[in-house]
Amino acid sequence: MTRHRGRGMASINYPIGMNLGGDPSQALVHSNPSGKFTVALSSIDLGQGMKSVTRQICAETLGVPVEDVYVDTADSDTGPHCMGSFASRGTHRVGNAVMAAAREARGVMMEAAAEELEVNAADLETDGRGNIHVKGAPHRSISTKDVAIAAQFKQGKTISGRGIFLVPLSDVDPETGEMSPATCYAHACLVAEVEVDDETGEVAMVRMDSAYELGRALNPRLVEQQLVGGAWMGVSHALYETPEPYYPDPVHGPRDFVEYLMPGPGDICPHDIAVLERPAPDGPFGAKGPGEMCANPVLPAVANAIFNAVGVRIDDLPITPEKVLRAIKAQGGARPQARR
Amino acid sequence: MLELRKDIFADERDDNLKEIGKGTQRQDMLGHITGTSSYFNDHQLQGMLHLKVVRSTQAHARLRRIDTTDAERSAGVRRIIRGADVPVNLNTLLSLINFGKDDEPSLAVDKVRYKGEPILAIVADSEREAFEAIAKVRIDYEPLPTVFDVEDALKPGAPVVNETYPKNAFIYHDVYDHQRLRFGDADAALATADHVLEQRYQMSPIEHAPTETNGAIAAPDTNGRYVVYTSTQALFFSVDTCAKILDVPSNTFHFIGGTVGGGFGGKVDTLTEPLAILGAMLTGRPVRYVFGREEEMQYGPPRGAERIYIKDGVMRDGRIVARKIRAYFDSGAYTRLSSYAAVKCAAHLPGPYTIPNVYGDVYCVFTNRTPATAMRGFGVTAMDFAIECQMDKLANLVGMDPMEFRILNAYRDGDMKAHRREAKNTALIECVQVAAEKAKWPIRDEFKRASSRKDGGGSRAAIPPTPTDSSRARPTPVQQRTSYDRAPVTATREPPRDPPPPAPPPPPPRPAAPSHGATRFSSVFGTRRR
Repeated sequence: MTRHRGRGMASINYPIGMNLGGDPSQALVHSNPSGKFTVALSSIDLGQGMKSVTRQICAETLGVPVEDVYVDTADSDTGPHCMGSFASRGTHRVGNAVMAAAREARGVMMEAAAEELEVNAADLETDGRGNIHVKGAPHRSISTKDVAIAAQFKQGKTISGRGIFLVPLSDVDPETGEMSPATCYAHACLVAEVEVDDETGEVAMVRMDSAYELGRALNPRLVEQQLVGGAWMGVSHALYETPEPYYPDPVHGPRDFVEYLMPGPGDICPHDIAVLERPAPDGPFGAKGPGEMCANPVLPAVANAIFNAVGVRIDDLPITPEKVLRAIKAQGGARPQARR
Repeated sequence: MLELRKDIFADERDDNLKEIGKGTQRQDMLGHITGTSSYFNDHQLQGMLHLKVVRSTQAHARLRRIDTTDAERSAGVRRIIRGADVPVNLNTLLSLINFGKDDEPSLAVDKVRYKGEPILAIVADSEREAFEAIAKVRIDYEPLPTVFDVEDALKPGAPVVNETYPKNAFIYHDVYDHQRLRFGDADAALATADHVLEQRYQMSPIEHAPTETNGAIAAPDTNGRYVVYTSTQALFFSVDTCAKILDVPSNTFHFIGGTVGGGFGGKVDTLTEPLAILGAMLTGRPVRYVFGREEEMQYGPPRGAERIYIKDGVMRDGRIVARKIRAYFDSGAYTRLSSYAAVKCAAHLPGPYTIPNVYGDVYCVFTNRTPATAMRGFGVTAMDFAIECQMDKLANLVGMDPMEFRILNAYRDGDMKAHRREAKNTALIECVQVAAEKAKWPIRDEFKRASSRKDGGGSRAAIPPTPTDSSRARPTPVQQRTSYDRAPVTATREPPRDPPPPAPPPPPPRPAAPSHGATRFSSVFGTRRR
């Protein structure tokens, strides 16, 4: 019995938002009388951090601290329409809608501040800490709270904004497939190192190194959460998971997590990630979306690493020990390829 | 460990932002880690009933007789719901954006098309009593021949899975049983390539495996409205789907969701909401319908299987000159969303590389298995597996390092993509370079110096002459009628066939169909064009 190490890589790109567009999202932003803002959405936070990333986008656009913004999601009576949280569209589509709404609200806020400070709104700027002041004259300042009070009770203005973002729907040519599928693409390259046991066919992950290009990492911690978790989903797709282990024969379907295999804590390995940021011209602050694509390069990188380790190509997912062992036996033993 | 490579593309960014780029703690973090965030299933309402469905034991069968006599008398049973009780018992999810034909009942009526298909819904005082009643339902099945393999399903004489699509394939543009991509002359290029490599790849279905299974709780509210707590990933998608199936205006519902225990694409199909609401409508009580783990794994929609054939032509110097792909999406017994993914898949070809001749046929095929749906990387994950395994084999074939092989063939700014749009904002080369650097994988200097922003465009921006079957006569597509349709929208690209009448008559009213929203999605993909 020998354990063989091998490395493989894969590089990919991924379209952001629903294919062909035509998937609008809306946002409403308004201030309460204390200058605290609420973002109303009908978008869903699946755990990916939708609420947090839109909160940061809103705060940045308004020019107020993030603590002054809360995001309320998914109430069909209060949240305006959103197509949904899928297709890597949350950051890009909803983020843009929130940005548009926050820009409109900021316009009213600056007008109200200008009236209080008796200056031109164009001469004002926000300090990001809850104050608005005259450019170059920080002492001529008013807090967003005082602006909100004045707007509400004195000037009769509503500091609020509406936003929608829509990539117009593209046609598809039936003959050539000519179409505009997406406005921007994220990119990735991942290297997987594996160890293959030529007696059992088992594949163990040794390490992963990757580079992901995401437009802009609006919140690097949330990006890290997505990329680390997504890569593990990729490993799981590559080596473990299916509800139909003998597809297309629909037999022996698992019914629970005892029968449905996934990697456990003992199966994980170090993953070193680099994030590149090439801003998307139409992304909120250039952001694309890391959500879906992070799993994709892992599957082929693992398959290619297995080939490098033992010289067998498994082209059917998932790459179970049974398939690896059968392939090793069929070629008369492991044939390690040149070490990389 | 995550490292931000701010040095790359720095000239394209303004990094002087205050909140953006900070690792601010999530707004919902404390709630999640202290177990106080509220999910749909935390709304345990007074007098709440529990709904469970009777699922088919057969993969394909006619329903001869459904006997509920004993089940009705079973303890705690409040109501047994049949297909006939569902106001609009035929739907397809993407009818909301006018794509595809209604093909799936909420509760099967005369035929079941996959094992686990819901036939009856039983509303009882407790889940246990609902299960006890389910055990007392007697169903007389007449088994029909089944088909489980996508290529078998497309053969003449294969059992018809779904009568809406009698050839077992989704119909694109009202003409083809697949989505096409044609760019250049792949066959001619293959004939002149130094090496040709043809391979088959297969991805089995994959379960989303969310921590929280699909579910909804519906309760009667004032003014004839219903409040619905839901795990949906797409709130208005679910609202509008329920409005269509239950044949009421969409503002009948007050949907509340937004904090979901994992979706990954498995919570778009709106499977539990319509029956939970119908249960509440029929009993006047709150009704909870939640999938058990076995239901989630076997009868909740998975990521569909895909079978992919790739035939590539490559030159000795490593340039890929042609890529020909045939892909089959296994949609299961009904359409759900696989039809959409096949178009997305065609758009994705040939991967992030500039290849002058590309040919793709992508099929969405019906088989007698649990309907498939969206999942993370929808339409792309399996194709990337196939393409990137193929790339590794091609690099091996021509004796090139796989990293350098990727950089050589990578798309760059200004290149023409196979779907006939210019590549912009590309960064594949930089990702390969940085990954190589991190993994201490040596690549030669000329490949280290390559850039997505250099050496693209020019001759690489051209659209090559492309042979097509354009001579083939195509019938005018039929306007699909969906719940969003009020008046047919004339395709703007098409010249009017007749001069417009001076005073066009108003569109015929559709009193039977409520108008949910507007024609907002009406001009949609694929089928409506031309």
